[in-house]
Amino acid sequence: MAECHPVGFQWVMEAKARGAKLIHVDPRFTRTSAVADVYVPLRAGSDITFVGALINYVLEQEKYFRDYVVNYTNAPVILTEDFADTEDLDGVFSGFDREHRTYDFRAWRYQGEEVAPASGARGRIAGTGGGQLGQVRRAARGEAHGSGGAAAHPEPDTDETLQHPRCVFQVLKRHFARYTPEMVEQVCGVPPDLFAKVCELVTANSGRERTTSFVYSLGWTQHTVGVQYIRTAAILQALLGNMGRPGGGILALRGHASIQGSTDIPTLFDLLPGYLPMPHAHGNEDLETYAHEESTDKGFWANTKTYMVSLLKAWWGDNATAERDFCYDYLPRLTGSHSTYETVVAQMDGICKGYFLFGQNPAVGSANARMQRLGLANLDWLVVRDMVLIESATWWKRGPEIETGEMRTEDIGTEVFFLPAAAHTEKAGSFTNTQRMLQWHHQAVPPAGDARSDLWFTYHLGRRIRARLAGPAGEMDRPVLDLTWDYPTVGPLAEPDADAVLAEVNGWDADGRPLSAFTQLKDDGSTACGCWIYCGVRAGGVNQAARRKPGREQSWVAPEWGWAWPANRRVLYNRASADTDGKPWSKRKELVWWDEEQGKWAGHDVPDFVADRPPSYRPPAGARGVAALSGIDPFIMQADGKAWLFAPAGLVDGPLPAHYEPQESPVPNLLYGQQHNPVREIIRHQEDRFQPSGDEPGAGVFPYVTTTYRLTEHHTAGGMSRFLPYLAELQPEFFCEVSPELAAERALEHLGWATIITARSAIEARVLITERMRPLTVQGRVLHQVGLPWHWGPEGYTTGDAANELSHLALDPNVHIQEVKAMACDVRAGRRPRGRALRDLVREYQQRAGITDATGTEV
Amino acid sequence: MSADLAGGAAGAPGAGADPARAAGYLEHPPRMGFFTDTSVCIGCKACEVACKEWNAVPEDGLLLTGMSYDNTQGLGASTWRHVAFIEKPADEAGDLRWLMSSDVCKHCTEAACLDVCPTGALMRTEFGTVVVQEDVCNGCGYCIPACPFGVIDQRRDDGRAWKCTLCYDRIGDGLEPACAKACPTDSIQFGPVDELRERAQLRVAELHDAGTEGARLYGADPADGVGGTGAFFLLLDEPEVYGLPPDPVVTTRDLPRIWRHVGVAAAGLAAAGLAACLGRRA
Amino acid sequence: MKKRGEQAMVPDAEFTSYYGRPVLKEPVWHVPEIPGYLFLGGLAGASSVLAAGAQLRGCPDLARGAKVGAAGAIGLAAAALIHDLGRPARFVNMLRVFKPSSPMSVGSWLLAGYAPAAGAAAVCAVTGILPRAGAAATAAAAALGPGVCTYTAALICDTAVPAWHDGYREMPYLFAGSAASAAGGLGLLAAPSAQAGPARRLAVLGAAAEITSAQLLTRRIGATAEPYRSGRAGLALRASEIASACALGVAFIGRRHRAATALAGLTLLAASATTRFAIFDAGRASARDPKYTIVPQRERLTERSRT
Repeated sequence: MAECHPVGFQWVMEAKARGAKLIHVDPRFTRTSAVADVYVPLRAGSDITFVGALINYVLEQEKYFRDYVVNYTNAPVILTEDFADTEDLDGVFSGFDREHRTYDFRAWRYQGEEVAPASGARGRIAGTGGGQLGQVRRAARGEAHGSGGAAAHPEPDTDETLQHPRCVFQVLKRHFARYTPEMVEQVCGVPPDLFAKVCELVTANSGRERTTSFVYSLGWTQHTVGVQYIRTAAILQALLGNMGRPGGGILALRGHASIQGSTDIPTLFDLLPGYLPMPHAHGNEDLETYAHEESTDKGFWANTKTYMVSLLKAWWGDNATAERDFCYDYLPRLTGSHSTYETVVAQMDGICKGYFLFGQNPAVGSANARMQRLGLANLDWLVVRDMVLIESATWWKRGPEIETGEMRTEDIGTEVFFLPAAAHTEKAGSFTNTQRMLQWHHQAVPPAGDARSDLWFTYHLGRRIRARLAGPAGEMDRPVLDLTWDYPTVGPLAEPDADAVLAEVNGWDADGRPLSAFTQLKDDGSTACGCWIYCGVRAGGVNQAARRKPGREQSWVAPEWGWAWPANRRVLYNRASADTDGKPWSKRKELVWWDEEQGKWAGHDVPDFVADRPPSYRPPAGARGVAALSGIDPFIMQADGKAWLFAPAGLVDGPLPAHYEPQESPVPNLLYGQQHNPVREIIRHQEDRFQPSGDEPGAGVFPYVTTTYRLTEHHTAGGMSRFLPYLAELQPEFFCEVSPELAAERALEHLGWATIITARSAIEARVLITERMRPLTVQGRVLHQVGLPWHWGPEGYTTGDAANELSHLALDPNVHIQEVKAMACDVRAGRRPRGRALRDLVREYQQRAGITDATGTEV
Repeated sequence: MSADLAGGAAGAPGAGADPARAAGYLEHPPRMGFFTDTSVCIGCKACEVACKEWNAVPEDGLLLTGMSYDNTQGLGASTWRHVAFIEKPADEAGDLRWLMSSDVCKHCTEAACLDVCPTGALMRTEFGTVVVQEDVCNGCGYCIPACPFGVIDQRRDDGRAWKCTLCYDRIGDGLEPACAKACPTDSIQFGPVDELRERAQLRVAELHDAGTEGARLYGADPADGVGGTGAFFLLLDEPEVYGLPPDPVVTTRDLPRIWRHVGVAAAGLAAAGLAACLGRRA
Repeated sequence: MKKRGEQAMVPDAEFTSYYGRPVLKEPVWHVPEIPGYLFLGGLAGASSVLAAGAQLRGCPDLARGAKVGAAGAIGLAAAALIHDLGRPARFVNMLRVFKPSSPMSVGSWLLAGYAPAAGAAAVCAVTGILPRAGAAATAAAAALGPGVCTYTAALICDTAVPAWHDGYREMPYLFAGSAASAAGGLGLLAAPSAQAGPARRLAVLGAAAEITSAQLLTRRIGATAEPYRSGRAGLALRASEIASACALGVAFIGRRHRAATALAGLTLLAASATTRFAIFDAGRASARDPKYTIVPQRERLTERSRT
């Protein structure tokens, strides 16, 4: 966190100054480790074992927060008899369709749940595999609703004593029973005494009086089991009673200043604003069907239709009438997964002909950078908007394929447009950080020359397209022409007023008055709202995101700095900070509580609960929607109002996390016969060859683990740092970090050169020998890790090879995220070959390892 | 944090020398300086960049040094904040230590650079800081070997000597220096020097209580060889580990004796000249 | 090729440093300008003293030669100084203030008085015009001359450079001696044998002072003397001492022979210059290697904590 979020890290240092203990678990010793109380080196790709063993410890030693677990989680829920765990099936769960590589969720459901279209047809769509519906599944429905919006029976059978053999609690115990300290030593390379220390610290600091927080970033998400990593932490934190409580929770540090915003108001193919699922061509035929299939019976996702209708009103205004289904039909439809990596394949296949890149540098920053460029080379046209000439704009004259001679500039047909982009200081808008907090930034100076903001570009492009389409419109043009596209512009550059856009996002009622809460939204077309979770950001017509009241002038929650969604709640699910009677678990950790006198919830934070619902409330039979939430259902976005230790739906690769080895690993899976995530997504392509793993023949050709990461001095794919002298001079060359032992093994010299090779490509880097990289003992043998910062490319003040030349396209199946945190490689001393010889080297390695188009693609 | 620059108090009593007063300011604000607490430094180098941006200091070299994450190498004419990185090998407990420290001009109470400057370009400000007037400096280079900390240097293409100004143009307007403002963990603290010294003492005691025996202050003692520094540090190891001199003494302390010897030698030369001319001509 | 940032794999048993990097900054003064100035300035100042004495003693050719030598040397010296500045056009700023705490300031004012005097003395001696003015100028130059010779010792010693600063007790005498030796050598070159006596005697006195001071210095300052004893500087100092001694021998033995005397004179000049360059070189080396800064200071601290 100190490396990648130094400004945010000040809060960690303040906590430390107040006595908090900092534990840092990471394959390498970073600037965070330097100030941590405990540093745990572990093998990249083994975190599920590590955290799973923490869960096992908590369960075995009975360190869980029992009252919290029984009342606020689905621990007591009894599962269907059909459920079989990875313990029973040697690494897969029940419902596994080996041929289609999918799971049928029905095999994980709660006991007594009926799967009929009337109550959760989502389960039907999501559960079956193959054909069109398999495509739907591959469209990653899991990302929609954030979590837990998927169907689950709102009133399941439970055992509050947690003894029933099929209750979630017991299933959990059995599932993690073999995740022992010995296993941690073997799989992760973490010595038992160090692991024990972590267990003690974490459990001693959790409970009524104290809470522990987990903070993670891309070291957890960029795996073929990335989402399950987070799940493991969620289970642990739920068992320890740390969720929804001050100083607890799980904080995701995202990889970019406003990447949270880019999933809230999504730039993702499968989401609409506010985590509404993007409709699918097969299944969500009309608004009613969509609403029915995507809603839940209980909780706030029961109002899916309301959020959707309000969104449609925002986008198509007066044209979105009830008779026309509110223009629901204008929305584009998914026919499968259109994630970035599938898109690259579509480009290489000639299906995708045009591409817009806004502040994105896939030629360096996306996995299998080579494939990215080969895809770009097959486009008809490419528009790149950025502040500097990034590699994704210059690959056609100065990229690695030009260097090897595989491509010649004169043969590339892509027409490349480069449009200069304004920096964040040159435009107004908002950032949304990982605390869901929106902070407004104002324009300090106008952009220079031809540089323009993305808002300007998008708005004026839309305006011009609409002008061209004007006239008697065919059906196809209606979605564009019927849009509300009348934002006011300001200044000589006709910059659209970002505040006006914010106002639309916030929404208004039928009289044009700004809304202040999403509970005001209606499904009859009388309200418009560009993003229901952001409703309230412009309450009272005031830009709440622009508030800047200093922290010292407010309470410790500081609600008047910026605005957090939803409803300016700073801690989600904060109902869980109070017990079943509505009293805080302890004075020390009070956050919200039930005020009997006032008949409502009160506290330091905006209560994340129905304001006037007492803790004693129990819903009548047949209650639906928000009314079905009881007074002890803090997890109001979950279909059953509980934290899910066991996830009966929503994730495509299992209701519980299980340790699987990364796609490419030098060691076999010690826990199960199933080596890899059985439903991981694999892009099979000639340019995306995989390496053998574990005990397979040829795995020894790539004996080292490599992990990619960031340095404080540079920023993502380097577009905002390699081109700036002040940053370039801080880390002026691409380097790899190796231990002295690995250096000795491969005759690497400090400040010399090393070539790192995978089945995709080979790169060269300067060598930094450091004791911060440590050899680990994994399954009885010494395992070395090679560290690669991934910021470099051939352009800028500082240039170098891109680490993503090495990476592959095996992705997390829920969210299509690439596995760049744990790969296998070989290292040699010296610089890499140039020209044709580079591809020859890669081919030689492929041959030595016996790599075919089938390698690594098995279940 | 913002500093209180109101009032014309000529330094707090018992705070050691009052360099501004000694330089001739009858009324002046409190002496301002830095307390750099390296125990909370996270090595982010925001200080380096903020300083360069505010002061338009040029980039001064793209070189991978292999000195851990320090590619800046050291203070110089075009580096006024320098973050040092020291990886100390694992001890028996297996614990690796990574020391990080943001170095800066010390703005000494007895500043050798200022003493030796023949043009008066180097001057003492009303805040007690030491600043080079770039419109006066003629690049004679004398300040450079005079500094016991190896801070000030000459910009080759420019010819003049440059160093940290303690953001004279910011503190004069009630702002804190750019590096202090940018530092996310408050490792760099700006304020009145005597206040900072008090705070630093408490911090050292706190660290000692927590078991960090190696914590010590550097430059905070007015009785040291430069009269104490306006920019002082909390270090976690010996100064030389960070590239700092263990016991720096301002050269000017020996100057009276030096002049005496010069006088005697000059007299001796005159006498020898005379003596040589007595005696035979051939 | 200089290797920067080389990390020692085995820690030095004697002291720690930051990757072996210097603690101090080396002087940026250029070679040959500044060591050349040390030599030329010394030569000039001492020549002015010799010129005055020679004039009083009735050695007009010696006096004239010394005056011309002084003026020429100081002219060259001034040019070298101005050229060495980072901003030569601003050389006048040297007279912006007078700071006794800055030997360079003191020296600038000295030079400001000395150089015109030396120049005037030479002009008058060569052209023969304004003899009284010339005599006054000669006297003035002789009065300021010793200062010009020795203030440079203060200049280099009044720094943090270990090999210079630690030697401050001897350096002024070393510089005075070296200047005298050089002036004597110049005199041997310029004067006819009939007037070479003062020059020869001055050379002896100067060389003796120079060599003695150098010996005392290097013995007293302990480990910091290493740059004076080793490497290029050590070799040069040694050579200079030997050459001076030989030259003196030749000067006395061959005093009737013009050629021998001239050779001795040249050698003395060369030796004086070599000494200055060697001292300059040694100083830089002592600033460059962190051990000369760290070890003595660490020892001092240890001593202090014992008492």
